[in-house]
Amino acid sequence: MTLELSHLHRRYAGFAALDDVSLCIEPGEFLALLGPSGSGKTTLLRILAGLDYPDSGSVRQNDRDLLAVDARERKVGLVFQHYALFRHLTVSENVAFGLRIRPRKSRPGRAEINERVERLLKRVQLDDLGKRYTSQLSGGQRQRVALARALAVEPDLLLLDEPFGALDAQVRVALRRWLRNLHEELGLTSVFVTHDQEEALELADRVAVMNRGRIEQIGTPEAIYQQPATPFVCEFIGKNNRIPLQRANGVLTGGQRQLGADPWPGNAVGSAIGYVRPEHLLVSSTPSTDGWAAQLRHIYLAGGVAHLELDVPALGQVLEADMSSDEVAQRGLQPGQSLVVQPRLITAFPLDARGAADAAARHVLQPQAAS
Amino acid sequence: MGHKRRRVLPGFGISLGYALTYLGLIVLLPLAALVWKASALDFSGWLQLLSAPRTLAALKLSFGGALIAALFNAVAGLLVTWVLVRYRFPGRRLFDALVDLPFALPTAVAGIALTAIYAPNGWLGQYLLPLGIKIAYAPAGVLVAMIFVGFPYVVRTLQPVLETLDRDVEEAAESLGATRLQTFVRVIVPALLPTLLTGFALALARAVGEYGSVIFIAGNIPLRSEIAPLLIVQKLEQFDYAGAAALGTVMLGFSLVLLVAIALLQRWSGRWAERAA
Repeated sequence: MTLELSHLHRRYAGFAALDDVSLCIEPGEFLALLGPSGSGKTTLLRILAGLDYPDSGSVRQNDRDLLAVDARERKVGLVFQHYALFRHLTVSENVAFGLRIRPRKSRPGRAEINERVERLLKRVQLDDLGKRYTSQLSGGQRQRVALARALAVEPDLLLLDEPFGALDAQVRVALRRWLRNLHEELGLTSVFVTHDQEEALELADRVAVMNRGRIEQIGTPEAIYQQPATPFVCEFIGKNNRIPLQRANGVLTGGQRQLGADPWPGNAVGSAIGYVRPEHLLVSSTPSTDGWAAQLRHIYLAGGVAHLELDVPALGQVLEADMSSDEVAQRGLQPGQSLVVQPRLITAFPLDARGAADAAARHVLQPQAAS
Repeated sequence: MGHKRRRVLPGFGISLGYALTYLGLIVLLPLAALVWKASALDFSGWLQLLSAPRTLAALKLSFGGALIAALFNAVAGLLVTWVLVRYRFPGRRLFDALVDLPFALPTAVAGIALTAIYAPNGWLGQYLLPLGIKIAYAPAGVLVAMIFVGFPYVVRTLQPVLETLDRDVEEAAESLGATRLQTFVRVIVPALLPTLLTGFALALARAVGEYGSVIFIAGNIPLRSEIAPLLIVQKLEQFDYAGAAALGTVMLGFSLVLLVAIALLQRWSGRWAERAA
């Protein structure tokens, strides 16, 4: 059951929620739609659910036009951020809802419904709470009821809209690992919307990063993190130091230091933008001409990892470098110390005359130490 | 246990005392006086009062009419509230303000206005009469007046609740395969039912007690379009104070039974919201 979304456009009064979005969802895949608010991710999910319709474009499921199918016939399981449970029904009645409302012909018998509800409640670990009303449950329990309710109708596609958004941090992590396991057990094609990159990277098989109604990049969590394709992805996913670069005479420089040959054709004089992850900044205590001279301003210890705040006069900015807390202790690094910083991996984009980055001309530089 | 529960606002004792005294003075004292006055009537007097066909017809019209009017208002009020809350259209605010008009209008004025419209020579009455529908000077007129005065209660109680009703829930029902009718009957109505019953009870109480507008449109034909409050006024005019008080007590008892029944129904319909986690 491959889902093919092509050239979807959706405008709300003067605002493009979706701007030419094309996407292929593979059977059994767990896909995350990740982006800031207003990036169009929820609109995309609602179109898949049949609760919203695109102005143009198509959604096909194998050879079937999904947009011609009414929301209630799409066989889609939907889970909302705020649970959207039926408050006047008990947990069991909530889960049974989708089965009980079926026309008599296709409705399973009472015993079968009860059995199915019980099985589902067991699956979401709520088997002893069936008789409670939903107001008597915690947030994590409510979301599991919502999930059981969505699974009860045996959907072809499971859609989750910020499913952990309303939960507190601990429950959130526990529930998402649990959901990942459940997905592996069921093999159900699932799409979930989130603005939490950690959640997307941890949970999904593939992540689609969205911004301003467009998909910036789609790929595995590793690819999204290791090989960000656009400046937006560089800035949105993980941490990145943003460094201005100069192009002149076939050489790329940054902070008065040559970083390598100008990778772009045209021998132009101009500027570019480079992104370096904190873990790709090599920090050495021995004075050397291979990197930027820097002063250690502050060390933020965050458990096993230490974030080093480095003032680099050559760049006129502060860089952040990461290393393990153990290493900081071993090397006896102290605030105020003079250090040398070297970028090991830079993702660079050339800028045009108006200062706009060209994502298609992305280039990854690995500056070599002169030694 | 043992611990005194801490409250954010102090003065529970004094405010409870005030509330009870106030309730006693404003509500219970006059009612007690009514019952005390009615006790002046001896057994045969009660028997005579309660077996009189005119009394029975008036009570039947008052309570039956009020029930029908409140039921009508519950349905129509739900519809109007739905439109006011869920749709955006030009003039919505004006429409919204108009709902309160029956609250503000002196009921006699309302009665005269309704009579002018529904009288056999009135704007609507002249077209309804050839169809065999007689509203003014008939039991139907009593109903029209009762509907008019009770209408705002349903809208105003439902409105805030409908505004906070989560639309996700409707979408969840739809994606689970519910038709629009199923979503309405199985999801929306149960969520609104406790509030709808409150509105129903208020509209009912108002219709039972209505006097001013009804007597203008009803025609007050004994055994046909005469309401119980009018009988009370007539008894007062004949200086039959005990009889008037007795009839008032009977109305009071009926109203109490109805309101308690509605309150129980309401509690049952809202049982899911009672104990929060």
